Amino acid sequence: MMMPEKEEILTVNAVNVFYKDSRKGILKKNNQVHILKDISFSMKEGEILGLVGESGSGKSTLAKAILGLIPYEGEIKQSSSFPQMVFQDPYGSLNPAKKIGWSLEEPLKLRGGMDAPQRKQRVQQMLEMVGLDEKFAERYPNQLSGGQRQRICIAVALMQEPKLLIADEPVSALDVTIQAQILELFEKIHREMGLSILFISHDLRVVYQMCDRVMIMKDGQIVESGLVEEVYFHHQSNYTERLLKAAGIETN
Amino acid sequence: MEKELLLQVKNLNIEFHDHLIPETVVYDFDLELREGEIVGLVGESGSGKSMSALAIAGLLSRRDMKKRGQILFHDTDLLSCGRDVLRKIQGNEIGIIFQEPMTSLNPVRKIGWQVEESLRIHTDLSRTERYQRAIEMLKSVELEDAERIYHQYPHELSGGMRQRVMIAAAMICNPRILIADEPTTALDVTIQAQIVELLKRMNKEKQTAILFISHDLSLVKQLCERVIVMQGGYVVETGAVQEIFDAPKEDYTRKLIAAIPKVVRKNA
Amino acid sequence: MKDRKKKNYNLIVGGTITGMTLLFVLIGMFYTPYDPNVMDASAKFAGISAKHLMGCDNFGRDILSRVMKGAGTTLGVAAGTVLIGTFFGVIVGAVTGYFGGILDEILMRINDAVFAFPSILLALVFISLLGSGTYQVVIALGIAFIPSFARIVRSEFIKYKNMDYIKNARLQGAGHLRIMFVHILPNTFTVLLSAIMIGFNNAVLAEAGMSFLGIGVQPPQASLGRMLSEAQSYLMRAPFYAIFPGVTIVLMVLGFSLLGDALKREE
Repeated sequence: MMMPEKEEILTVNAVNVFYKDSRKGILKKNNQVHILKDISFSMKEGEILGLVGESGSGKSTLAKAILGLIPYEGEIKQSSSFPQMVFQDPYGSLNPAKKIGWSLEEPLKLRGGMDAPQRKQRVQQMLEMVGLDEKFAERYPNQLSGGQRQRICIAVALMQEPKLLIADEPVSALDVTIQAQILELFEKIHREMGLSILFISHDLRVVYQMCDRVMIMKDGQIVESGLVEEVYFHHQSNYTERLLKAAGIETN
Repeated sequence: MEKELLLQVKNLNIEFHDHLIPETVVYDFDLELREGEIVGLVGESGSGKSMSALAIAGLLSRRDMKKRGQILFHDTDLLSCGRDVLRKIQGNEIGIIFQEPMTSLNPVRKIGWQVEESLRIHTDLSRTERYQRAIEMLKSVELEDAERIYHQYPHELSGGMRQRVMIAAAMICNPRILIADEPTTALDVTIQAQIVELLKRMNKEKQTAILFISHDLSLVKQLCERVIVMQGGYVVETGAVQEIFDAPKEDYTRKLIAAIPKVVRKNA
Repeated sequence: MKDRKKKNYNLIVGGTITGMTLLFVLIGMFYTPYDPNVMDASAKFAGISAKHLMGCDNFGRDILSRVMKGAGTTLGVAAGTVLIGTFFGVIVGAVTGYFGGILDEILMRINDAVFAFPSILLALVFISLLGSGTYQVVIALGIAFIPSFARIVRSEFIKYKNMDYIKNARLQGAGHLRIMFVHILPNTFTVLLSAIMIGFNNAVLAEAGMSFLGIGVQPPQASLGRMLSEAQSYLMRAPFYAIFPGVTIVLMVLGFSLLGDALKREE
C-alpha cells in the first residue's frame, strides 16, 4: 500500500459471461443466462480488493473467469501468469488421497526447475510461513482441522509465488476464532510477500477489516465500488445500505 | 411475574459409546428455559452445543450415547420417559430446525406434505383442515404465494425460502419450544437478517421459547436475552447478553467477542 | 475427526481365509505330494487315506496334488482376467468420466451393449473366435469384465473431477493426464479395490464354469472347474472327488467376498 509505483496487476474490461440454461429445454431458442454483465475494474499491485455480494450475484463466476476456468467475452489482462485461488470449503480443496507434503510439492513439480531436496526445503519454509509444524507434511488431510486445512490451502496457493491470489469466501466455513486467525495469516502473507488479493466474501465485517477497496456486486453487475471507508460510510446505492443494515453495521 | 418454566436441564452429561473407548462430549450442562424466552447457545464446532440441543430434542441414539442427568419438560424427564411419551412431545411440544436447509427437507416430497407431517402424526385433523393450517402457516412465515409453494418441491425454492418452510413445519403444531440449530449459517446476510426477524416475530406472537444455537455472537446479540457460552463440552459462562458483551468474565468469552471483526470508522 | 472404528471382523476372517488359500496355492507351485498328472491304475478311486489325503480320481491321480495345482490355475486365470479388466476398465472409465461429452456417449453406449450380455456368454463368443486354451480363457474373460470396471471408475471420476483440489491442480498448470492418473485415480482406490475383489470372485466362478463346460482349461492341466466337471460322472462312486475341489472354490470365493466387503466398510 505504501509502494512507490503501483502497477496494474489485473485489468478486467467489459467482461460478459453467459451460461446455457439446460433446464429450459432445447426447444426454446434463447436459453442463455446472462451471468456477468459488462464488468470492468482494475486492481493495483499489492492491493486487497474486496468483492461483496450474495449468492447468485456472480462473484464466484467472476473469479472463475479471471482464473480462466470458464469461457467469457471481453478482455481480462494480467501482468503475471498463473493467479492462484483459495477456496471456501477447506474439506474439498485438498486431495484426501495424498499427504500434505505431496500436495505442497506438486505445484513446484509442475513448475519445474527445482530438485527434490530444494522442493522439500521450500515445503518446510512454506509450512513455517503459514504457522504449521513441519510434521504436517507427513499427515493426510483428514487428520487436520478446518483451520489447519485452510492454512495448507493457502500454502499450496503460494507455492508458485503468484502475484495475484483470489480468495473465494476463505473463512466462511470456519469458526469465529479460527476465522480471526486465518484473516491474520492473510494479512501476514500480504505484508511479507506483497501479493495482491481479490477477497470474495459475503461478510461485510470481514471485508471491512481486510480490504483497501471494495466492490459491491448484485445480479452480475457492480453496483458500487471505491475505498472501503467511502463505500461503508458514504454509500450511494440502496443495495449497499441494505447489506450493511442486514449485517448489523451502523453507518452513521 | 415469573413466566412459566418450560424446560429444565440438570447436570446433563453425554458420552459416546459407539466405539471402543467411550468419549464424553458434554459435561454438566444446565439450562432453564421459560415461556417466551430466547436463549442463545454459543460455541465453536466441537464445543458440544449441538449435542446438547439434539439431546433436548430427543434425537440422540439411546443405545450409542449414554446420557446422565435430567431433561425435564414440565415434569416429564425426556431421558427416562418411554419412547411413546417422547414421540408425543417431539414435533408437538418441541420443534427443531437445522442449519442446512438443503438436506433437512426431503427432496422427493412436496412442501405441503412436509409442512403437514407433524399434524398428520399428532392430530386427527381432516385433509382440508390440514391444508388450511399449512397454508396459514406458510403465509405466516412470510412466503408469498403459499398456495403455489404448497405444491412445489424443495429444489424449486431458494435457501432462504427453504429455511422458512422448515420454520413453518417446525411451528405448525404450535410447540412451546423451538430449537434452532445454526438456522442462518448457510444463508446470505440479507436473508439471515430476515430469518432472525421472523424468529423474533414468532417468539412474540406465540410466546414460543427459542433455544438459538450459533457460533456467531453478533447474531446472538441481535436476537437473544440470555446466552450460554460453551467450550470443549463445558459451559464456561452464562448470563444476560448485554452483561456478557459489556463485561465478559471468562477469557474464552473475551476471545470470542474479540474475534468478531469490528467496523469502526477509522477517520471520522 | 476422531477415529471411531469398530472391529472389522470381515477383514480378519476374510484375510485369514484368503491368506490360507494363497499359501496353499503357493506351496502347490513348488511341491505337491504326487505328480498331479501321473496315473496309477492300482489307486483308481482310492478313498481318503494317509497316503492320499483327499483320495484319488478315476485315473488314479492324487486329488490333493491336483487341487493344489488346479487352485493355482484357477487363481492365475482369475488374476489375469481381473488385471485385463481393471487396466482397460480404468482407462475407459477415466477418459469417459473425465472428459464427458460425445466420446463419453459413444464409449458408454458400446459399454452398455457389452454389459447387456452375461459375461460368461460373451466369453463363450470370444472362445469360439480365439479357440480354447488357458490364455484364450484369460483374454476372453478379461474383455468381458472391462465394462463393469469402466462403469465404476467412470462414476468415481465424475464425482471427483469437480472437486476444488482438482481445480487447484489445473490452476497450477497440471495437464489432463496428470490430473486423471496422479490426482484423481488414487481417490478411487478404495472403491476400485472392493470392485477388484468382487471381480476376482466372478472370475474364479467363470473360469470354473467354463472349464466345467469343457471350453476352458484343457486336459490334462488341472483346474478346479475341470475337476468338478470330471467328478460329476462319479458322484455316487467317489463323492470326495467333487467335494474337495468344490469346497476349495467356495473357500476362495468366500475369502475374497469378505475381504471386498471389509474394504468397502473401511472407506
